[in-house]
Amino acid sequence: MSASTQEINNLINQEYKQGFVTELETNTFLPGLDESVIHKLSKIKNEPEFMLEYRLKAFRHWQTMKSPEWAFVKFDPIDYQSISYYSAPKRKEDGPKSLDEIDPQILEAYKKLGIPLDEQERLAGVAVDAVFDSVSVATTFKGKLKDAGVIFCPISEALRDHPELIKEYLGSVVPITDNYFAALNAAVFTDGSFVYIPKGVRCPMELSTYFRINAANTGQFERTLIIADEGSHVSYLEGCTAPMRDENQLHAAVVELVAMKDAVIKYSTVQNWYPGDKNGLGGIYNFVTKRADCRGANSKVSWTQVETGSAITWKYPSCVLTGDNSVGEFYSVALTNNYQQADTGTKMIHIGKNTRSTIVSKGISAGKAQNTYRGLVKVLKSAENARNYTQCDSLLVGDQCGAHTFPYIEVKQPSAQVEHEATTSKISEDQLFFCQQRGLSAEDAVSMIVNGFCKEVFKELPMEFAVEAQALLGLSLEGSVG
Amino acid sequence: MLSIKNLHVSVGDKPILKGINLEIKPGEIHAIMGPNGSGKSTLSHILSGKSGYTVTEGSATYQGKDLLEMPPEIRAREGVFLAFQYPVEIPGVSNVYLLKAALNSIRKHHGQSEVDAMDFLTLVKGKVRLLEMDEKFLYRAVNEGFSGGEKKRNEILQMAILEPKLCILDETDSGLDIDALKIVSEGVNSLRSPDRSFVMVTHYQRLLDYIKPDFVHVLANGQIVKSGGAELALELEEKGYSWLEDAEASA
Ligand SMILES: Nc1ncnc2c1ncn2[C@@H]1O[C@H](COP(=O)(O)OP(=O)(O)OP(=O)(O)O)[C@@H](O)[C@H]1O
Ligand SMILES: [Mg+2]
Repeated sequence: MSASTQEINNLINQEYKQGFVTELETNTFLPGLDESVIHKLSKIKNEPEFMLEYRLKAFRHWQTMKSPEWAFVKFDPIDYQSISYYSAPKRKEDGPKSLDEIDPQILEAYKKLGIPLDEQERLAGVAVDAVFDSVSVATTFKGKLKDAGVIFCPISEALRDHPELIKEYLGSVVPITDNYFAALNAAVFTDGSFVYIPKGVRCPMELSTYFRINAANTGQFERTLIIADEGSHVSYLEGCTAPMRDENQLHAAVVELVAMKDAVIKYSTVQNWYPGDKNGLGGIYNFVTKRADCRGANSKVSWTQVETGSAITWKYPSCVLTGDNSVGEFYSVALTNNYQQADTGTKMIHIGKNTRSTIVSKGISAGKAQNTYRGLVKVLKSAENARNYTQCDSLLVGDQCGAHTFPYIEVKQPSAQVEHEATTSKISEDQLFFCQQRGLSAEDAVSMIVNGFCKEVFKELPMEFAVEAQALLGLSLEGSVG
Repeated sequence: MLSIKNLHVSVGDKPILKGINLEIKPGEIHAIMGPNGSGKSTLSHILSGKSGYTVTEGSATYQGKDLLEMPPEIRAREGVFLAFQYPVEIPGVSNVYLLKAALNSIRKHHGQSEVDAMDFLTLVKGKVRLLEMDEKFLYRAVNEGFSGGEKKRNEILQMAILEPKLCILDETDSGLDIDALKIVSEGVNSLRSPDRSFVMVTHYQRLLDYIKPDFVHVLANGQIVKSGGAELALELEEKGYSWLEDAEASA
């Protein structure tokens, strides 16, 4: 018989394919957080003095703050003293200069994840920065990028080699006081990627960072900063995975993008952190602050995200449209299954004249999952002729999950045009039966229907990622029909 | 090909089919007519495996196998095809994508490799021409925004490409204009072969002018109350159904 609603609810026997653990000798801090830990962290990373001060200021501010409670997610309070704030694979010297010096175990781990780091097998046309727990272990194609004038390196390296850029831009989009998790990140961030594209340069390849959490009981505090100088172009991708563990692990990242006059940044994410098991045990808490400043006139930033992992996702990649005629885009697919919770969306802040923003959000809930879209469109008095178009669609698989939409609109400029469309639909039994009657299994049918639902977002992804994203959706829904 | 014996089907506690008997041999065309609500779509659904129905008695054997035991996608892969009375829309999934996925799942079931991309396109374009459709329909989302008649024609396109053995057409003619009816009928006729059978549910004699049935059955109140040759349809056109229901009631 075809899948009935009852059967659709018989959820998941899916295996999380990236759930393996790599056995390594590590250099790991004891759990706990106080100023001495921050001193130690800054020292081990060999940072300039101004960074230590930056961190301490953030830490002191964080201690005055409270964990936010407004999101539509539920979790027990996090014990920040039980987390280790630094874990790095042991290495001989100060860091590998070539891939030969990287622990073969780590190379193997990335290979298993489909991200080959060694010379012969590299992904053609994509430069990869591989961040393993708290440190970056490898960055490929550095030479080729250098020839083009592009800086692509671990942010800890940029702190030492390009302090002037860091001083100018770090925290200029997301200040340390921004929110609870951003303050924590500023205090204890360990690594992440740094990108600088000089004036007029079109980055010759896709840049990507692959984040891997491996160690237990550690938090990953990633910090990414991308600066696109006047007239430059860059497309950046990030991917994320973690082992299966019964404990929740915290990933609190901050990503800052700066687009100068006529610059274009395309930032794509395929987030597949461990989502927890089918009873809701374990999984990553993905509490992320991502924001772009379209600082220059005619600049453009486009966020595309496919969020299928994590026990809890709390993130709102946003655009501050400062420059006149600047453009912000947000394309999102968020899929939650079992007991996953996602509260995600965007903020578009229109400041400059003729600024435009587009929001396309596709939320899919299956199992007992909760999926929330939360979006703010704010048009300041200065933003004459600002335009926004928001489309927010929810798809329910089964009848025990939930979809929620919270659009906030604040308009101070009468010439602005703001449009909002929202739909909620279910995969109907008639659709499933129709596909089955054409020979497709119920699972293939659901996967096909969901992929169709997400089409507008997938077409925004770079080719390499679009295929991965589609496969991922299929996997994440495995077992969602009987 | 298909042998239905004393089939009783209910939805919840409500009996809908009350003892259907039907023998369909390879190559035959059977027309099923009957008043609204008599159970024609229910019969089509139960044969193709839709959930929500309970078989309380009887059997249906397809190519020697117990049809009612098979999951719907297996029936489809084994050659049972239902052209829906109300085809559904699938936003974002292109017609051509669905066709390819469907064809490949059927091929896989028969131990064949995936269809070659070029061969597939040639096949599909040929059938599109046969049904005088615009190629643009291939790249539109399945049935989304299609007119009623376009949806019906699209069902026949799928049938022509998947080449099933047992074709069940549930009121494919309703909603088609006069020209479309002719084109679709020619499409169906081109698929006629000694090893392919058709069950055509219809309310109108008109369709049977184009596709000549071997048998006509009248379904009323969950039972086949009369069977005959093609001439029975003409008689029904003239007299309606009441004389049969009356006859049954007094029987
Ligand atoms: N899911 C259901 N729940 C309740 N009653 C149903 C259900 N499905 C079918 N029925 C009833 O069964 C009877 C037969 O319905 P069916 O759709 O098979 O009729 P039909 O002969 O195809 O009619 P039409 O000519 O109007 O298409 C009708 O009375 C209908 O209301
Ligand atoms: Mg009907």
